Amino acid sequence: MSAHSTAIEVSTKRGIWGGGNEPLKASYGKLMMWFFLLSDIFTFAAFLITYLAIRVSYPAYAGAAETFTGSNEYWPVPELVFEALPFLHGVHAPLIFVGIMTFILIASSVTMVLAVEAGHRNDRNDVVKWMLWTLLGGITFLSCQAWEWSHFIHGTDGGSLLTYVNGLGQNVTETVFGANLMVNEYGPAAFAQLFFFITGFHGFHVTIGVFLLFLCFYQAAVGVYDKRGHYEMVEKIGLYWHFVDLVWVFVFTLFYLI
Amino acid sequence: MEVQDTKSTLEVAPRNEEKIKKIWKTAFILLAITVAEFIMAFTMDRGILLYSLFIILTIWKAKYIMMEFMHLGDEAKPLFYSIIVPLIFLVWLVIALIKEGSDIFLMRW
Repeated sequence: MSAHSTAIEVSTKRGIWGGGNEPLKASYGKLMMWFFLLSDIFTFAAFLITYLAIRVSYPAYAGAAETFTGSNEYWPVPELVFEALPFLHGVHAPLIFVGIMTFILIASSVTMVLAVEAGHRNDRNDVVKWMLWTLLGGITFLSCQAWEWSHFIHGTDGGSLLTYVNGLGQNVTETVFGANLMVNEYGPAAFAQLFFFITGFHGFHVTIGVFLLFLCFYQAAVGVYDKRGHYEMVEKIGLYWHFVDLVWVFVFTLFYLI
Repeated sequence: MEVQDTKSTLEVAPRNEEKIKKIWKTAFILLAITVAEFIMAFTMDRGILLYSLFIILTIWKAKYIMMEFMHLGDEAKPLFYSIIVPLIFLVWLVIALIKEGSDIFLMRW
């Protein structure tokens, strides 16, 4: 048993192929969580690398930042697209909001690892306290993302004058506001499509994570884990939650920095 | 319905201050790297150098999250390698798709 993992008794009721032995010195559940996460790493990596491939297939915006206008001819500069803040309409605050979101998610990852540490010590009060903070962080992050999406979809005051092929196959030139899967005011159609798809898929993972966090918080609070004799569930859900943070680190770099 | 017994039968160990300190230290490192990335995004010229630095710093952060927060470094070596080694395939995927993307760029524009 490794130094950090929770000590759990290997049940004699389980057969050798039913999780009754631990070849990698990790319990069945933890092992399966790791291999699930490995497969999820590949899924997210495929999406993000696709983003990179499509990004380099378009010319980058080369002009001065002050004169930036959205166009489907070139890829936009992220800090000029994601520059709005809630309640502060018209204020140019490049990347500030997404920076706050990143900070919230990293902070919730820290409280999660503190909950795992408390679980190792069978300290129910600490587990409940840190799980609650993590849950709060997760819900705040999701709310921020909802605002971010809403702003991205509704767009800026001015919009952008674009020529594009609409859903009926006609060539139209008009002022476009916001974004949808067909056209967006910021850049090529693929920019918004990838944004919706990748941050949406990540947000879906966060949503599932929030459900799991709540389950874990509730079970810890009512004493399910005390009865069970170990807090390994906190560790497994912790792995999932850290993974969500890990993916966000890459999403942040690729979408908002590069 | 049976009233749930909320009294813990497990022995509560004292806080391991050293471990907790290490967690906060890791958190601080992650925060510092993110702040550094922010500053670089606004002060450096966009180009291959900046993008490479971003990717190196991101992988560095990922390493901290996996090793310190997910405790992968503390797992048995076979488990560690069975998670890390398959990721080598991604290196090829990055090279292949970036080449593909730049070729599409040359064809299209």
